[in-house]
Amino acid sequence: MSDNGLTPELMLDMYYHMALARAVDDRMWILNRQGRAPVVYTSNGHEAAQVGSAFALNRGEDWICPYYRDLALVLAYGMTPREVMLHLLGRADDPNSGGRQMPAHWGHAKLHILTGGSVVATQDVHAAGLALASKVLKDGRVSVAYFGEGSTSQGEFHEALNFAAVHKLPVIFFNENNGYAISVPARKQMVVQDVAARAQGYGMPGVIVDGNDPIKVYEVVKEAADRARRGEGPTLVEAKTYRFVPHSSDDDDRAYRSREEVAEAKKRDPLTLFEAYLKKAEILTDDKLKAMQQQIKDVVNDATEYAEKAALPDPATLTDHVYGSM
Amino acid sequence: MAVLSYLEAIRETLRQELRRDSRIIIYGEDVGVRGGVFRVTEGLQKEFGEDRIIDSPLAEAAIVGTAIGAAINGLRPVPEIQFADFIFPAMNQIVQEAARIRYRSNGTFAVPIVIRAPYGGGVHGALYHSQSVEAFFAHVPGLKVVVPATPYDAKGLLAAAIQDEDPVLYFEHKAAYRSLKGEVPEERYLIPIGQADRKREGTDVSVITYGLMVSYALKAADELEKEGISVEVVDLRTVRPLDLSAIIETARKTGKVLIVHEDNLTGGIGGEVSALIAEHALFDLDAPIMRLAGPDVPAMPYSAPLEHAFMVTPEKIRDKARELAKF
Amino acid sequence: MATEVVTMPQLGESVTEGTINEWLKQVGDTVEKYESLLEVATDKVNAEVPAPIGGKIARILVDPGATVPIGTPICEIEVEGEPANDDAASDVPAAGASEDSPPAKASEVAPTVPSSSAAGSLERGRFSPAVRRLAQERGIDPTQITGTGAGGRVTRNDILQAATPATAPAPVSEPTAKPVPSTSEAARVAMDAVPAVIEDGDRVESLSSVRKVIAERMVRSKQTVPHAWLMVEVDVSGLVALRERMKDEFKSREGISLTYLPFMMRAVVEGLRAVPVMNAQWNGDSVVLKKRINIGMAAATDRGLIVPVVKDADQKNVVGLAKATQDLVQRARSGRLSMEDLSGGTFTVDNTGAVGTVLTYPVINAPEVGIVTMESIVKRPVVVGDMIAVRSMVNVCLSFDHRVVDGADAGKFLRVVKKNLESIGPETSLYA
Repeated sequence: MSDNGLTPELMLDMYYHMALARAVDDRMWILNRQGRAPVVYTSNGHEAAQVGSAFALNRGEDWICPYYRDLALVLAYGMTPREVMLHLLGRADDPNSGGRQMPAHWGHAKLHILTGGSVVATQDVHAAGLALASKVLKDGRVSVAYFGEGSTSQGEFHEALNFAAVHKLPVIFFNENNGYAISVPARKQMVVQDVAARAQGYGMPGVIVDGNDPIKVYEVVKEAADRARRGEGPTLVEAKTYRFVPHSSDDDDRAYRSREEVAEAKKRDPLTLFEAYLKKAEILTDDKLKAMQQQIKDVVNDATEYAEKAALPDPATLTDHVYGSM
Repeated sequence: MAVLSYLEAIRETLRQELRRDSRIIIYGEDVGVRGGVFRVTEGLQKEFGEDRIIDSPLAEAAIVGTAIGAAINGLRPVPEIQFADFIFPAMNQIVQEAARIRYRSNGTFAVPIVIRAPYGGGVHGALYHSQSVEAFFAHVPGLKVVVPATPYDAKGLLAAAIQDEDPVLYFEHKAAYRSLKGEVPEERYLIPIGQADRKREGTDVSVITYGLMVSYALKAADELEKEGISVEVVDLRTVRPLDLSAIIETARKTGKVLIVHEDNLTGGIGGEVSALIAEHALFDLDAPIMRLAGPDVPAMPYSAPLEHAFMVTPEKIRDKARELAKF
Repeated sequence: MATEVVTMPQLGESVTEGTINEWLKQVGDTVEKYESLLEVATDKVNAEVPAPIGGKIARILVDPGATVPIGTPICEIEVEGEPANDDAASDVPAAGASEDSPPAKASEVAPTVPSSSAAGSLERGRFSPAVRRLAQERGIDPTQITGTGAGGRVTRNDILQAATPATAPAPVSEPTAKPVPSTSEAARVAMDAVPAVIEDGDRVESLSSVRKVIAERMVRSKQTVPHAWLMVEVDVSGLVALRERMKDEFKSREGISLTYLPFMMRAVVEGLRAVPVMNAQWNGDSVVLKKRINIGMAAATDRGLIVPVVKDADQKNVVGLAKATQDLVQRARSGRLSMEDLSGGTFTVDNTGAVGTVLTYPVINAPEVGIVTMESIVKRPVVVGDMIAVRSMVNVCLSFDHRVVDGADAGKFLRVVKKNLESIGPETSLYA
């Protein structure tokens, strides 16, 4: 074990959040297939990249700017399963949007999770802007933009990297590269092999990390955050990973990738890998695992029931919050 | 009281606001060392430093997008888009992000930014340095759109925009920068966003307009007065939100309304104002609501006769108002 | 030989004037076309200006150091033969000055805005909505009126003229002239009302300046301040008994009547001390918590409502407050209040009970954030313990600016006021 500051307790907590995310994700798909949730966007397969990076940040203080894939990230950042389910079911008390946004459009002001829209890469410039304020206000915060590799074709991705590099902003651009933008493979988004290679063109470090290994991701992001806090500017991190299920509940991935490819990728399921690692290190025992699985089951059941009973928004609130003042 | 040009009024307001609130930063293309291509921000970097007056990379989406982030993390950014014509690369950030963030987050996030941009033609700016773009943004709930007509208003509206909790687009007519001069108090004052201003009282015809066209309409009104036609000029000052009560009041008063803008006719502010009058003051109308606006061509051409033919002028306003008065 | 006039060129977008730094050619010099002729400074650029045409400098019209608008003639050049039109310096159109040039063939070039005003072909018998409405309201047959509009159209003014009996003496204010009274800028926002229907015999009174200010403030407050409202019932039996016991003695000793108002003010001061956010002013993006407690008291005068202010009300006892309010009321009624008396308020108390009401929804005196009323004191049966008793009850109503104060704080404020008033007994000292 390297000297990275990760205690056994922290690693167990990491594993808990990865497993929790997988369980919440599974439950959301069930609710969708039962006709109780209109649409689901998955984080299945991305858990290590998301949780590992979250643990490397000053959670609740540093800003994260997630995209729709980041369920595990927001859970690790402090959003509760109940809040996730309120969001999925469009309930009035959904802290992300009060039932206004589609599922997986995260945003939680108190937790410093920036609200996001659906047009990809818009959050990249927001992260640079949050960091610009941190630089001016010297608040010591780091901002992290999360995005898929498909969105790196957008202009705002490039504008954000350039802006952040020119002004040496305390920001991390965290790419979760799962090889597909819905159905379009990465080779049709870019000619270069790695997203991280883009960094060179903007004069910042570009780091590739195994996105299925939460500890490696943690270390890379920690270092990038330290750099940022020292005033040395942005870092582009590329976490190589895989999405094990379709893009969303409306997608069918059999149309664009073989079952063999998916099965092969699942051999490196971050949950299985990390579980084995923790057992080998004697941090996780069968008893602990069993207890944790029961806890997760209870939490997910509670969240589902809580959200299903929660009130829907009052139609009279349709026109609220268009302006702060008129 | 000091007499300032429209441009000086904006610059001095920025200076006053920067001194008042250290959270305010200004950035955009050429706003720092050069003081902006129109010199609006001249001298500000010297006084407030490179941390607050920032020469940004030449990328409008990044300028607005980073302003959104910076606002959410505690600053009060006042980004400049060098010409209103260049705002379109930032359209997604303005319309889909800045305008929707409060709503989509159920009121838990706000985007207090002021996007300044010079607009308007008549200065040989051709297609991409002459546009009036306010109607695009006036369509968007969540945005406020301010178009000052005088140095006095420029100051009060800019201070109000900077103090506002919502994203405000602040359009400055580039032909007004140096041609319009007026008294501007030194102390800070706010002109409420969404409040129109009757710039001239009249009884026969109401001209409702905003921006540079206000001074053109006042010139037309002066001429028509000699002919015995009394023209009321109402300056909207804000094109979103519109001041419904001021619009209806003047429509009821004269029963004859001419709406003037430099922006293209179709889908312009005039259509909306006209609809409001039709909805709220039909039985006070004594003539059809008339509009005088830029023609429906893609944008203002370069060559002088073409440009002149495009521009709404005091003469065109005078003639149209006379036609309406005689109706 | 011909003389060509050189004008101040436009150097840069938005530039409207230029300053001549230096003439590089003098009268009598020969200048070639494109050769530098003078140096001009504007607030955007400094530049040498080349001659628009070759020839001999005949006259210099503007001296160095002078600033002139774009398009102003600055020198004359004598040219051999006829000048070529396309090189003429005066061909440079000037922004901002263009309105003085004729709109050359604009009517042919400009796409015509569809005109709905083809009034020439307008038939008689078709009337505008305004004409129809006015004619109906005034019982006039518009077909019997000779129109003065385009094509003989009957205009709104025609109807208004016809509605004024030619033989009758002119009314106080001529409705034909001003269907909507014109107003000062200050009062403009208050004038958004549907215009009044003015009929024969009606009297139109123009607004007094006090009325205008009231109108403007009321409209502004109601339009900009999100009012919220609370009320509490207060048992003031003890206070009533105290006043009964003391009023004659007080009158003879202090020379003024003892009313309930100073007690109310005293209670309000305690409320404001307990809940400082009620003693505040809204400031757009901030709230100003006022240090001084200056209580405005709404007072009716024959010229309208005014709100004189008791300064530093927290430093006065009931007697002091009684004297201060009495003084302000007397001077208000005799029109001797100064601006100082009317400004600086941080909160307002309205003794609405004086007009006999039991429930009021007062309008906040912005930028203050609260106003409280004291309604009529009435004897009512109330449950005390398990008994029904006759008690002197008063309602206290509070409007507050919900941007600044939430219901919890507003409620706390009212509880303190209530507690303070209810703690007064027949023996309470007025001088405490």
